[in-house]
Amino acid sequence: MTATIPDFGIALPELILTGLTLVLLMIGTFGKEKSMGLVSAGAVLSCIVAGALVVTTDLGARTVGFENLFVIDRFAGFMKLLVLIGSALALVMSGGYLKLEKLQRPEFPVLVLLATIGMLLMISANDIISLYAGLELQSLALYVLAAFHRDTLRSPEAGLKYFVLGALASGVLLYGATLVYGFTGTTSFDRLASFHAAGEVQQVGLWIGMALIASGLIFKVSAVPFHMWTPDVYEGAPTPVTAMFAVAPKIAAMALLVRVLTVAFGPQTHAWQLAILVISLLSMAWGGYAAIVQRNIKRLMAYSSISNVGYILLGLAAGTEKGVEAVLIYLAIYVFMTAGSFGVILAMRRGGHMVEEISDLSGLAQERPLLALAMTIFMFSMAGVPPLAGFIGKLYVFRAAIDAGDLAATAGVANAFYVTAALGAAISVVSAFYYLRIIKIMYFDQPSAPLDRQPGFSLNGAILVSALFTVLFTFTFLVGPVVGWADAAAQSLVR
Amino acid sequence: MAPWPILSTITFLPLLGALLIMTLPKTEAGARNVRWLALGTSLVTFVASLFIFAYYDPANAGFQLVERKEWIPGTGIIYQKGIDGISIWFVLVSTFLTPICIVSAWKAIHDRVREFMISMLVLETMMVGMFSALDIILLYVFFEGVLIPMFLIIGIWGGPRRVYAAFKFFLYTLFGSVLMLLAILAMYLKAGTTDLVVILHSPFSFELQIWMWLAYFASFAVKMPMWPVHTWLPDAHVEAPTAGSVILAAVLLKMGGYGFIRFSVQMLPQASEYFAPFMFTLSIVAIIYTSLVALVQTDMKKLIAYSSVAHMGFVTLGIFTLTQQGIDGAIFQMLSHAIVSGALFLCVGVVYDRMHTREIARYGGMARTMPRYALVFFIFTMASVGLPGTSGFVGEFLALLGTFEVNRWAAFLAATGVILGAAYMLVLYRKLFYGEVTKDDVRAMPDLNWREMSFFAPLVVLTLWMGIYPSSFKDFIDPSVAQIVAHQQDATGHAPRTAAAPSVELEASR
Repeated sequence: MTATIPDFGIALPELILTGLTLVLLMIGTFGKEKSMGLVSAGAVLSCIVAGALVVTTDLGARTVGFENLFVIDRFAGFMKLLVLIGSALALVMSGGYLKLEKLQRPEFPVLVLLATIGMLLMISANDIISLYAGLELQSLALYVLAAFHRDTLRSPEAGLKYFVLGALASGVLLYGATLVYGFTGTTSFDRLASFHAAGEVQQVGLWIGMALIASGLIFKVSAVPFHMWTPDVYEGAPTPVTAMFAVAPKIAAMALLVRVLTVAFGPQTHAWQLAILVISLLSMAWGGYAAIVQRNIKRLMAYSSISNVGYILLGLAAGTEKGVEAVLIYLAIYVFMTAGSFGVILAMRRGGHMVEEISDLSGLAQERPLLALAMTIFMFSMAGVPPLAGFIGKLYVFRAAIDAGDLAATAGVANAFYVTAALGAAISVVSAFYYLRIIKIMYFDQPSAPLDRQPGFSLNGAILVSALFTVLFTFTFLVGPVVGWADAAAQSLVR
Repeated sequence: MAPWPILSTITFLPLLGALLIMTLPKTEAGARNVRWLALGTSLVTFVASLFIFAYYDPANAGFQLVERKEWIPGTGIIYQKGIDGISIWFVLVSTFLTPICIVSAWKAIHDRVREFMISMLVLETMMVGMFSALDIILLYVFFEGVLIPMFLIIGIWGGPRRVYAAFKFFLYTLFGSVLMLLAILAMYLKAGTTDLVVILHSPFSFELQIWMWLAYFASFAVKMPMWPVHTWLPDAHVEAPTAGSVILAAVLLKMGGYGFIRFSVQMLPQASEYFAPFMFTLSIVAIIYTSLVALVQTDMKKLIAYSSVAHMGFVTLGIFTLTQQGIDGAIFQMLSHAIVSGALFLCVGVVYDRMHTREIARYGGMARTMPRYALVFFIFTMASVGLPGTSGFVGEFLALLGTFEVNRWAAFLAATGVILGAAYMLVLYRKLFYGEVTKDDVRAMPDLNWREMSFFAPLVVLTLWMGIYPSSFKDFIDPSVAQIVAHQQDATGHAPRTAAAPSVELEASR
């Protein structure tokens, strides 16, 4: 085999981002805490540069490189942009928190960037090997971030929990990978796809391998039944890290799950479709019901994200182009409404400390009307009430589910989709209850002690951008392009 | 064709006003400016909505003043607006009642005025947007968007049990709406478009129609509200502030009736025929049962709330006769109920502002101390009872006439509701206004002031106008309804069920 110099061009955003990250690491290492401001700003800027590179790269055709390990297409471009937006928002929002908690270590932005690079690799992975490399780069950085507030009890606990359970999931995924390799002799997604197409034997072993890989990824997106770590880690991790967890890694893992299932195991759609449908239903339902009894707002957001992932998986279960399109649109909206909600949670400080009980929000509407208005927008949007953006996400997911039912080969599968869509719709009413409860506490209850006024433009700016996106999405120039891009991206994946 | 997009203007003008209000300061003087700005916005919107008459041709049964814009490219989902002889009235009712509500809340709302006025104006945008939408997704967006401002209005400015009422209102309605969303999506996927005008003429298989009909039923029956899913309404009405009750009764309930006509009857003709006996049964139960419940209420608002459910029973009865007279009557009944029940809630608000109680037993003999108020209340009581010469008569009469042609027993049972309606309204009137004034605080209440008279006057005029000369409204409604009935007969293959000429009942009603 002759060694050829690979085409580095297709991985330009990742390479540039890696270079910038290393530079920032050096600045941070030598500059210590004094360089925090520079490193933070540099990190946000790096995300923007990488985002600009992703946007300007010509993604007209699907391109593979690095011996088939790496792929770029419109789907990858869309997802990478979302990840970079999610990371940038988390970085922007973390500044004030780190300053107030005296956690100004330049490692923080660098770790966020390293995790982001891992996520970008995951999105472009075209082989089980590159899948695993990206996934671990991301996970290791996030384990450290979860334990970043090391002088408290909860943060290292969260880090440890995340690490042990994450390692378990990685092990499961690796075991699945060995099975797949053992039964097919390949780790490449493309060759796996054609392997299935050839319809060769040994399906059962392959299916077990596929199920184990999918389980590992479902752990990462925190869908039921692999969701147990989520509430604890969300609660224990420093809030800006939770904001990060809730957005960017979810997108990357979801992108990977979509790519593995629709590309590598695309010809086997019938084998995973119903399993994903069941997981979707369980996630929607459990996320919706368990959130009702939560008192801590970060735990509530954890269950809310489980529920949201359930809706996203409903789109994936469809296994069609419409389904992938729904996943993409839902994720694009999810980024902003989740990041925005965490922005509001980050603003919940009283007497110099974070407060995290839902009841701490009481009467917020009278003291901080704009903050309460922003939170109201996010909550109504999460509940899927039009005209806010969250509605469009639900609309596309349900459209994909009904469409999949119409296209299903057997009446049983068709009915499964119809019933899940109907139950999903009913569960969205249940979830609406706890979103409404937050609005009720902010608007209908009497104010308790006032929240601290926070200096700094960056957090408020991030909340404002997210709120504007959520409000304006449906009726402005935003919805057309986002849906258009998602459509093109879905086409590039599902052929 | 209108030279400017009237419907989009009146939809989004209130929203613009709401944005302006947001910029005003949070001071006492600011609150005054907020009130005037809100009133100004809603009045300008109302005047703008009157321009519809300049460009609308009543003889044309189709959709007019149509505006069409790209919305979500490549999906068939478009931004399309337009009105026909049915929706024109609901648009006008919305723009007409919003300024009245704002004036009625002038003194009653003194806490968080800014937020209240913003909610009212956003609510107006949603209402007008819903009735003028000609794309089923667009329509749904507005239909459900109404929940947000209404939830806040009930929850922030409501009575003691406002939180419970607001949640019940929101979750009940949302539950119906999400099922409707699935039906809308099924329609969209089958027809390939969300253009309402196209879908009106797209045939769906009978089996699919049944499922979609049930999903729409879940939504509209809750919104209407029909027995047995009406229980959110008394709670919401009792707890909501006066202006919220008025909008709730006058416009939000009509969204259910409008939906039944537009979606169930027009798009799913076979299923509507199949379910007509079912709807008859529920309607008659609603009329009789809720009238009896209204008889024993001790709270004024609750009584009027139950009477609303009964009146809406006539509407569903009329709609599902699937005859010209029945649907005409249902629409007229909805318009009449919008004015009359809105006015009755305003009447309750007048004494509630003075005494802060809605207990019927706390009042009495007000005819002596508040003659002007007694007269206004009397006119609306009579209209609610359905006295000839008031708006209430025309709708009930036509709906019953349509029912009589289809099913005499149903008409007979429904007619008992008219008697019960007279009973509870007259009992209410007697308890409030007749007899001796025994309580000092009742005696001390001042009569209507100029502000209150200013918003009752147009309502009284409309009530009498609709009763005495209904043609000025029916001329718009008739052609559109005739088209619906013809389409229905085409689709089901039946000969016209109505033997009588469509104009006969007009003479009879005078």
